[in-house]
Amino acid sequence: MGVGSFFTSKLDEAIGWGRKYSIFQYPFVTACCGMEYMATACSHYDVDRFGAGLPRFSPRQADVLFVVGTISHKMAPVLKRIYDQMCEPKWVVAFGVCTCTGGFYNNYATVQGIDTIIPVDVYIPGCPPRPESVIDGLMKLQEKIATGAQRY
Amino acid sequence: MDGQAILARLETRLGARLLGTHDHRGDHTAIVAREGIIEALTFSREESDLRFNVLMDLTAVDYLKLPGREDGPRFDVVYHLYSIPHNHRIRLKVPVEQDDPVVPTATSLWPIANWLEREVWDMFGIRFAGHPDLRRLLMYEEFEGHPLRKDYPIERRQPLIGPKV
Amino acid sequence: MTSDASRQARAGDSPGARAMVNGEASRTTRELFLGEGAGGGTQNLTVNIGPAHPAMHGIIRILAELDGEIIVKSDVEIGYLHRAFEKDCEVGPWNNAMPYTDRLNYVSPLINNFGYCSAVEKLLGIDITERCKYIRVIMSEISRICDHLTCVGASAMELGAFTVFLYMIKAREFLWELVEDVTGARLTISYGRVGGVKADLPAGFDDKVKKAFVEVRQVLEEVHVLITGNRIFMDRMVGVGALSAEETVAWAITGPLLRAAGVPFDVRKAQPYWAYDRVQFEIPLGKNGDNFDRYLVRMAEMEQSMRIVEQALGALPGGSIQVDWEGKAIDPAAYVDRGKQGKTEGLLFVPIALSPNLQGQGRDAQKRVNAPDKRVVLPPKENTYGSIEGLMNHFMLVMEGFGIRPPMGEAYFAVEGANGELGFYVVSDGSDRPYRVRCRPPCLPPVAAMSRMIEGQMVADIIPTFGSVNMIGGELDR
Repeated sequence: MGVGSFFTSKLDEAIGWGRKYSIFQYPFVTACCGMEYMATACSHYDVDRFGAGLPRFSPRQADVLFVVGTISHKMAPVLKRIYDQMCEPKWVVAFGVCTCTGGFYNNYATVQGIDTIIPVDVYIPGCPPRPESVIDGLMKLQEKIATGAQRY
Repeated sequence: MDGQAILARLETRLGARLLGTHDHRGDHTAIVAREGIIEALTFSREESDLRFNVLMDLTAVDYLKLPGREDGPRFDVVYHLYSIPHNHRIRLKVPVEQDDPVVPTATSLWPIANWLEREVWDMFGIRFAGHPDLRRLLMYEEFEGHPLRKDYPIERRQPLIGPKV
Repeated sequence: MTSDASRQARAGDSPGARAMVNGEASRTTRELFLGEGAGGGTQNLTVNIGPAHPAMHGIIRILAELDGEIIVKSDVEIGYLHRAFEKDCEVGPWNNAMPYTDRLNYVSPLINNFGYCSAVEKLLGIDITERCKYIRVIMSEISRICDHLTCVGASAMELGAFTVFLYMIKAREFLWELVEDVTGARLTISYGRVGGVKADLPAGFDDKVKKAFVEVRQVLEEVHVLITGNRIFMDRMVGVGALSAEETVAWAITGPLLRAAGVPFDVRKAQPYWAYDRVQFEIPLGKNGDNFDRYLVRMAEMEQSMRIVEQALGALPGGSIQVDWEGKAIDPAAYVDRGKQGKTEGLLFVPIALSPNLQGQGRDAQKRVNAPDKRVVLPPKENTYGSIEGLMNHFMLVMEGFGIRPPMGEAYFAVEGANGELGFYVVSDGSDRPYRVRCRPPCLPPVAAMSRMIEGQMVADIIPTFGSVNMIGGELDR
């Protein structure tokens, strides 16, 4: 109430602004979507201008987990472990329809959506999603980060 | 060498162990009994006219649902061989019964057979006698069953973690 | 320091050297400090690399037993991307396997598409049109260039040459624009069909290819300047991961790795298919079979692929298409209405302005690129909507239980994928679904031989070796 909450809400906004423009993603690349991830990250569709240009290849150093590509049941425990190793605040982006719902791989080997294993913040459908879709998803993620919405 | 000539050489060498040949769509194929397969493979590799030095593929087919083959041996282990010096191909097939799914290993002839046979074990459940390290290649060890068999339903998932759906 | 030199250095002056303490010459330094029992003095360390590891393109696990930096033994575990390709293909009709084949070697999806289509066409016993053969050659070679660009770019990035990666992905974007023009999608294109291809090449394709190749050639020039003579790159790649020619053949390794070992086997030359016997190209060969030779072979192959595409475009039967839709064609909705109202007299000859999704699939294009076999190829939309025969033909091909029904039998067809011989073994039971589809993955043998390639090398040598193997998870694990 009053002046105190004005300062804390401005501080929250500032932190949100800082966090959304310094995304250290962990690209958990498994399959074909990785090619579109590479395309989005490189010069043509540059994702660096969103502050997301530095992939951290260690879950300990990353705050956004981009799950890129099909997750099979053999890989699922590894994904869960990587997710658990990340520190809060962390967000998960399901990149590609295989991670959203399993894609058209309705078979014995594929996880039917990674949200059955880990909580997901942004779903980017597409097989593979065009870089424009990825950037759209990234911007939605940035809005989510800026407002500081957290699931604990 | 001409495909028919290759099949004739194999017939001469294997005698009664060569169960049949065909060249459907130009692919010369020899159906070899299990007892003769190692000799057939060795002969194909060593014989100077044949010189099949590349084991291109080693796979299997489950004939459970094939019309006309319900009584016959359930599986066929299929070897695709290629010769770089002579530029010819051959396919060898070994019929394998469901009750006794064992075939001698080709690992001593070609090191690649190690992984290819592991995959056949994983997907079909066909054992390879003499294989140094027969374990699953593509599926995880906790998986039960052999997925590419016709009686394994495609949607039966066995998740390690997550909901059992 | 090369691995040989480092091993020599170790042998003479090892940490297990006997320590002289109070006259007790028998205890090693390690035993002295750690109090362990008498032993060799060293202990091997087991290290797990992967499956989620940045330098493993995709997911694969290498369990390495290390003696210092040297790998003593290793075990490679695959299957983390197993997506049941072979089982999924058995579910739907023959053409439904197309999207699954795209995702096999997802950096060169057109080669997989066409390989599968050719295997089914062999089983059916039909021949495709000449123009289709040339189109398949052109698109396969463009895909091959994309694959080599990705492979060399990614492995250079892992060695620290990040600029090379950015340049090569830039070049790949130009090629993807071409692919998008022809097929409608950048990566997973499902362009092949049994009996032909989905659509004809678009208008002005020749010029677009010329422009794109100017860019690609420039990038290759720049990359040559940056890394081919580069001290660091050469030190890391020369002499590393080498396999002799006999071993490479014994491991059934084909493709650039086999050619880098000096064996001139290329399916396009040995057993030519489509239009490969009518274009001139060379097969670059290496000598030592090490990573550097593999890199040089891939760079040279890209140039050869561009050469093939240029020749094929020049020799394309039917020439390039220059279409002119001005004024004369009627709206497709009006066309369909006329068909439904029964006003079909002469309707099949009326030009129709097809929607952009159907670009290249008009009835003239269909005649040029699809085999003239009604049991296999869908009729053009004008016929489907404009005549009862076309409608029935379409119906019979699409309804369950009907469709493409190859006679019972089996066929194996091999094409030259970017990694080597990509073979499809298809078995038919006479119905409209495949009975068995087997993909012979060209990158399985090199990955199987990985243990052999990295044995005795240092941990850091795994990276260039793995990069030059170009393991594509979709193809390896299927």
